[in-house]
Amino acid sequence: MTATEPEAEVVADGVPVTIDGVEILANKGELLIAAAERHGVYIPRFCYHPRMKPVGMCRMCLVEVDTGRGPGLQPSCMLPVSDGMTVLTESDVTKKAQDGVLEFLLINHPLDCPVCDKGGECPLQDQTMAFGPGESRFVEEKRHFKKPIPISDIVYLDRERCILCDRCTRFASEVAGDPLIHFQARGNQTEVNTFPDEPFSSYFSGNTVQICPVGALTAKPYRFKARPWDLSEIASTATLDAVGSRITVQSSRNQVLRYLGVDSDPVNWGWLSDKERFSFEAWNSDARLTQPLLRGDSLGNPTDEGDQLVAGSWALALTKVAEALDGVEPERIAVFGGARMTNEGQYAWAKLIKSVLRTDNVDAQLGDGAGGKALLSLPRTTIDAACTPGGTVVVLGADPKETHGSLFLRLRHAAENDGASIIEIAPRSSGLAPYATSSLYPVPGELDQLVDALGDPFGDAAGVDGDDIAAVSERLRNEESFTVVVGSGSLGDSPAVIERAVLRMAALFPNASFLPALHRGNVMGALDMGLAPGLLPGRQAVGPEAPGTWANTPAMEGLDTTAMLHLAEEGGIDVAILLGCDPLTDFPDAGLAERGFNKVSHLVAVDSLLNFTSTGADIVFPAAASATEVDGTFTNIEGRLSPISRKVTPPGTARADWMIAVEIAAQLGVDLGFIDIDELWADLAAASPLHSGVALGDVMAADTDGVLLTGTSIDSVEPPAVDVPNSSDLRLVVTRKMYDEGTILTHCPSLNQLAAGASASVNPTHFSALGFSEGDEVKVTSQSGSVTVPVISDPGVPAGAVAIEFNQPNASAASLLDSARTVTTVSLERVS
Amino acid sequence: MSRLTDANVALAREMIARYPRPKSALIPLLHLAQEQEGWVSDDAMAHLAELVGVTAAEVRGTCTFYEMFKLHPVGTYMVNVCTNISCQLLGGEELLHHAEEALGIRPGGTTEDGLFTLEDVECIAACTEAPCMQVNYRYGLRLSTDDFDQIIADLRAGRHPQGLVTANPGEPIPSHGTLGLTRQQTGESKMAGVLPPEQVNEAPVWLNANATEDAS
Ligand code: SF4
Ligand code: FES
Ligand code: FES
Repeated sequence: MTATEPEAEVVADGVPVTIDGVEILANKGELLIAAAERHGVYIPRFCYHPRMKPVGMCRMCLVEVDTGRGPGLQPSCMLPVSDGMTVLTESDVTKKAQDGVLEFLLINHPLDCPVCDKGGECPLQDQTMAFGPGESRFVEEKRHFKKPIPISDIVYLDRERCILCDRCTRFASEVAGDPLIHFQARGNQTEVNTFPDEPFSSYFSGNTVQICPVGALTAKPYRFKARPWDLSEIASTATLDAVGSRITVQSSRNQVLRYLGVDSDPVNWGWLSDKERFSFEAWNSDARLTQPLLRGDSLGNPTDEGDQLVAGSWALALTKVAEALDGVEPERIAVFGGARMTNEGQYAWAKLIKSVLRTDNVDAQLGDGAGGKALLSLPRTTIDAACTPGGTVVVLGADPKETHGSLFLRLRHAAENDGASIIEIAPRSSGLAPYATSSLYPVPGELDQLVDALGDPFGDAAGVDGDDIAAVSERLRNEESFTVVVGSGSLGDSPAVIERAVLRMAALFPNASFLPALHRGNVMGALDMGLAPGLLPGRQAVGPEAPGTWANTPAMEGLDTTAMLHLAEEGGIDVAILLGCDPLTDFPDAGLAERGFNKVSHLVAVDSLLNFTSTGADIVFPAAASATEVDGTFTNIEGRLSPISRKVTPPGTARADWMIAVEIAAQLGVDLGFIDIDELWADLAAASPLHSGVALGDVMAADTDGVLLTGTSIDSVEPPAVDVPNSSDLRLVVTRKMYDEGTILTHCPSLNQLAAGASASVNPTHFSALGFSEGDEVKVTSQSGSVTVPVISDPGVPAGAVAIEFNQPNASAASLLDSARTVTTVSLERVS
Repeated sequence: MSRLTDANVALAREMIARYPRPKSALIPLLHLAQEQEGWVSDDAMAHLAELVGVTAAEVRGTCTFYEMFKLHPVGTYMVNVCTNISCQLLGGEELLHHAEEALGIRPGGTTEDGLFTLEDVECIAACTEAPCMQVNYRYGLRLSTDDFDQIIADLRAGRHPQGLVTANPGEPIPSHGTLGLTRQQTGESKMAGVLPPEQVNEAPVWLNANATEDAS
């Protein structure tokens, strides 16, 4: 810090404060502890956390403060700065107080540091060394509790170590909204605990482990795995969902052991969902692909023993791929997935697919949400803008709590603390319902009709009360600007419904800007790189001109996943390529996927783990995990580029996705034009006006909030027609849950038991009319298939609808869906 | 089955309606649960959580803060013998030892017939009358061991124990948890209003009522 810096941030209502003889200018209303820290004076603390309300529990932050009435000790975390305040953080009195507080805190602390996971990175240990008494005078018996008790499937609590700072309990109630842990008892007996048999099953429980200032809370995946001084770390971005939460990846002996959330002010504020935090387990799995696999024998020839996948060489696998692609018409090639790669992997594959193979049949979204072209045509916004104090956020067909954990925490904070209004327009009540000012649940297939009605209210629409529509409509029209978080809608509806809804929203409300909350990590990167039909890198439409160094543009207009599968079903696809995806379980029409892939002559997969679909592949390339084994960049829902860092080496001969694209192109006799990330980035800059001004170094710099890409050259997209058959049948709503049977989750030992299972939820009016009782097993039958699940009554499901969760251990809702229909109609029948 | 009975649920709703925020009613509701069973069970806490819309962990947090909510079944009579300083100086410890022997239980224990639970307590604010104890919070003052035996014998025999101070002479000692012998009803006009604090912009009705009474 230079001496001039404080002057540089003079604000109109700055408050002059003298800390240890140096005058600083604090912000009005700022807490003393925060003002001091901003100016380089660190006051020790345990309970204070900048993202939560202060409570003054621990008294470690006592400093000598004089506000004109003489000096006295005050807790700096509870004290807003005032004009002319003088503060001594290192006086004898302050030191004596710190010494005393630590002595008290240690009275009941077991001092079992040698066997404690926190040892070496423990604020209590560190501050005792720095400010503490050095010796204990306490000879009495300390309190005893059963050593660690599990308070959830993931988190363990050692109450003897706890110093009762209230951080975990405040996080649970203030930040996550899951107050399932609480202080119990009183005085010397006080402990943190859950209610008996009601575990701390929050989607966000892992954050408490990170913020606990002692070793009281530990997470199963890291217990006794390493010592902090054995860890090395690197700044990166979490890749499981599309929020782009910033993290530190820590590893020891070439194994990733832990992710820590990093406080990125515009993005995740340090918080992570447990799914994100512990997803690294999948990349440590023994099931990782380490060598190319070929069907037949190791030379890729058919054998008598049937067709097994056996390990083969890269050279052979590449030859086989080139053979499979040889002479195939571009329109007979189909590429699925790509949303889990880095931007670089996506760019290299986009170039291979669109310029070398000249096909436009590529879709990273797998039938999830509005089409890429439509989404990229929208005016975009940032998470910060969405969370503007006093602002309005429309959550359109999204459930951020289930699909975008740290975005949910930001939105919840905005609603609970900053007076933001959340308007929920969803296929069924979402995790934001308790915080929403209005909740509109249209009947399946009619979301777009509801949006039209918001533009021009005329009474009831889509099963929603006309007064509610009028009220929301008026509010939206009167806002100067507002944000729409647009999700995937109901997977039971055709994606055209959500696409039409969001495009109509944009047309009707010029004051709206959008945050597309789609499924799968780097899906926005995939769209920005052109892994979708009709798109080229940099939010450009496919046109006659080849971008940058590209030799060609696609030979024909491309198809999305549904259309590619329909074509495959008719025998129109010779080679299908899977880029880290599992359409057989993940595409919302299991029957079509199965029929389609059955007819494909050559199936090629590029992935880190085998899944249902790639088990049937002819050639499998082992890919390095984009999360921790590859250097590159990530594009989040805002369009923010942030770094992904290689921390460990990939297993076996697995390679980065972009290298595999380069190798395949080379095998086909084409030089993609890059052999490292810098060259790739230069190639990208030439092809994409959006990326041309961005230096890779700026994105990779660890201490920034990334680089926000704005703008688009996609013109407005015509809303697709949506035709809902008029019938009184029950219609199906299908939504995703945080925990499901996805490939990555099933390979995480700490997370793969957490999927709650699907049930059929129906509105209470139907529930009683159909004569069910809670928990009855019912058979849900559509034209495509049936599943048997327990039935429950839920007022958050629109009347006339049945809601089921996608891809759960007890039922695969995908088998009920038919992508050719706008809505899925079902019947219910009790089986028990 | 230690959820609240239907009658008590009705009472609970009445209580909740008196507060601007449902969870503010927790303490009286915990008393109600304790009155029903003599102690507060986990089931009861879970039920209260449903009624006021908080988690069961939060109810337990509140409940366990207070010594007088019992988390385990206790006897019909809760015998609290004070061993804090004044009582100790005047024979509190001896009284406690005597109680242990007479009842055959240690502090924290309950007699087999389920009649008595003994507790060793800190100052119960009757120091001038040391040594003292409480039975279901009714005081026995300046007790000798014989006085103690007499009180226990009376309670066992279903007689009114003369050795205990009650509000009205001869009043029975109700079983542990009983809040009062009569139930008070709060009339509408005495309600403080159910607005959450941030919405309150005028004086409560009772204050206005008092003001008019004063004026008349
Ligand atoms: S468990 Fe940790 S975070 Fe929670 S109160 Fe105890 S010391 Fe604080
Ligand atoms: S940090 Fe201020 S009291 Fe704990
Ligand atoms: S010491 Fe026994 S009542 Fe005060």
